[in-house]
Amino acid sequence: MSFDLNFIGILIGAIMASSVPLILAASGELITERSGVLNLGVEGMMIIGAISGFALMVVTDNLFFAVIGSMLSGLILSLIFGLLTQSLLTNHVATGLALTIFGIGMSAMIGKNFVGIPGKEFPLLFLNLKESTPFLGPIFFGHSIILYFAFGLPFLTNYFLKKTKTGLIIRAVGDSPSSASNQGINVKLVRYSCILYGGAMCGLAGAYLSLIYTPQWIENMTGGRGWIALALVVFATWSPIKVLIGALIFGGITISQLHMQAVGLRIPVQLLSALPYIMTIIVLVVISRDSRKIKLNTPTSLGQIFYKEK
Amino acid sequence: MYKLFLKSLISVLFLLGLSINANAEFKVGFVYVGPTGDHGWTYQHHEGRNAVEALGIKTTYVESVPEGADAERVIRQLAQSGHDLIFTTSFGYMDPTNKVAKDFPNVKFEHATGYKREHSNVSTYSARFYEGRTLLGHMAGKMTKTNTIGYIASFPIPEVIRGINAMTLAAQKVNPDIKTKIVWVFTWYDPGKESEAAQALIDQGADIIMQHTDSTAPVQVAEKAGVWSFGQASDMQRFAPKSILTSIIDDWAPYYVERSIAARDGTWKQQDTWHGLKEGMVAMAPYNSAMGSDLIKEVEQLQKDLASGKVHSFTGPIYDQKGNILVAEGAVADDGMLAGMNVYVKGVEGDIPQ
Repeated sequence: MSFDLNFIGILIGAIMASSVPLILAASGELITERSGVLNLGVEGMMIIGAISGFALMVVTDNLFFAVIGSMLSGLILSLIFGLLTQSLLTNHVATGLALTIFGIGMSAMIGKNFVGIPGKEFPLLFLNLKESTPFLGPIFFGHSIILYFAFGLPFLTNYFLKKTKTGLIIRAVGDSPSSASNQGINVKLVRYSCILYGGAMCGLAGAYLSLIYTPQWIENMTGGRGWIALALVVFATWSPIKVLIGALIFGGITISQLHMQAVGLRIPVQLLSALPYIMTIIVLVVISRDSRKIKLNTPTSLGQIFYKEK
Repeated sequence: MYKLFLKSLISVLFLLGLSINANAEFKVGFVYVGPTGDHGWTYQHHEGRNAVEALGIKTTYVESVPEGADAERVIRQLAQSGHDLIFTTSFGYMDPTNKVAKDFPNVKFEHATGYKREHSNVSTYSARFYEGRTLLGHMAGKMTKTNTIGYIASFPIPEVIRGINAMTLAAQKVNPDIKTKIVWVFTWYDPGKESEAAQALIDQGADIIMQHTDSTAPVQVAEKAGVWSFGQASDMQRFAPKSILTSIIDDWAPYYVERSIAARDGTWKQQDTWHGLKEGMVAMAPYNSAMGSDLIKEVEQLQKDLASGKVHSFTGPIYDQKGNILVAEGAVADDGMLAGMNVYVKGVEGDIPQ
């Protein structure tokens, strides 16, 4: 293994690219959960985003429409979830699970006509700087715009939740919907908005997979990343910055275990494959030990059905 | 009430008619491990099915069936619903196929790439993909500049190990400095993981990528990175038009047609088929002109010699990683040894996962 700096730069760049879908989906889900709604349909919304993005790319030949369309389709799917859980007051867990199953089936059906079509090249930014800057080049340059957005998102989310009035309202709704409602906050409206935002981010995460990461449509191509994003939110104790750290650790170990194999390190491959899961959980549990802080961030009413008595 | 009764009577009669019809008609079933649109392994099996269907024989297929408990359920379902011949097209269907075969002695089963024929109604068939791998090894050995070949492997079963060995031996013959780096992904089909593996191998200095997995993702990654690649199971040329050197093509159609006709006419017998370049079950996609006409001529000659039997992929002396002799000088490995191959030859890096 060449341990020169440039190689480490390339490795870090690859790790960043692989963690993008997790960051996007987990950041979206984090907002949804902070408003007290548990949407287990992340995987379903991601896969629908993936097929919609790819299908639109093929049909319109326009990547901008494809990205917007994937976000819209994630949003529409989450709207179904919103109608069921907020207006018809169904159980969050069951509805979310149904959404995932629906999304996977639906995407496979739409995708039938799009299998085996090669994808289109997605424009990457600052490619010349990537080549010319040693070590830092592959880390900071030569990525898609969605990657830069994904890496800014956790910081924006953090600021939004902590420093803005809207963020405060979302947290109030998540902690005690009845008190918030008594203060004159429209709980339903806040929760609907958070659900739709989460759906759009999951759709975008899916589009990143089908348009940039592996530019093609493949049945079930999210491969459980939605579930990992969900777990990240919980293990990161609803803190956006820790979500980012968790996603990077997960991506980092996934990529490096393949490198370790290619180098021929004599560690059982099965253990290497399990490492990303084990390490991510351990690290996140360790950095989130402070129980006071956990209480501060945990949306108390998570997954509970709320309705205003008339 | 009367109407309701009439309606149900009609539907019962209809269903009855259907089932009688189903029993009378000869039907062939197919179980696939991936989607028919994978443009690799399953796609080729599906092409074989289309050839059977073209004869006017009725066929059914179930795609993306996971290896394991689900597979048994699907195979059983096909057997119960009046299929007379069932092709199960992945290694992991071996035990489920034999299990179901025991309960349905009148149904014929054909299992691809396995070796268990526990009941008289189970046949096995496979292709000598390793002959194709020998050709890839020859090209890889000549084309590489870094002397490093990246190999994406699926599961540590003899078929996969045989491919790695055949490729490495052929590459060593033309380029003694060759090294084969292997990444095991433990899946037949996961484009995300396959691309990450391809990228890792390229980052580790491989300038040739080959795969024993079924998606087109690795050849696309290779195209983007500007390194050479080889397609798997089907011609993947249009996914990497510049950088793909050739593809190993599995052609199941003639076999499926022959066996379906035999089963329909009552002449089907249990057998173990292992066909290669000679019979056409393994074929090569057109060679990339970027290799140069001299190398193409060499490879075409080697292809002819492998088909005629003049050259064998596993000709001694062959050593394992520790330097113990596997095949003596001048001898060739017999089919029994090939079928059970579970050690790397010298020159392959790393250990086989247990």
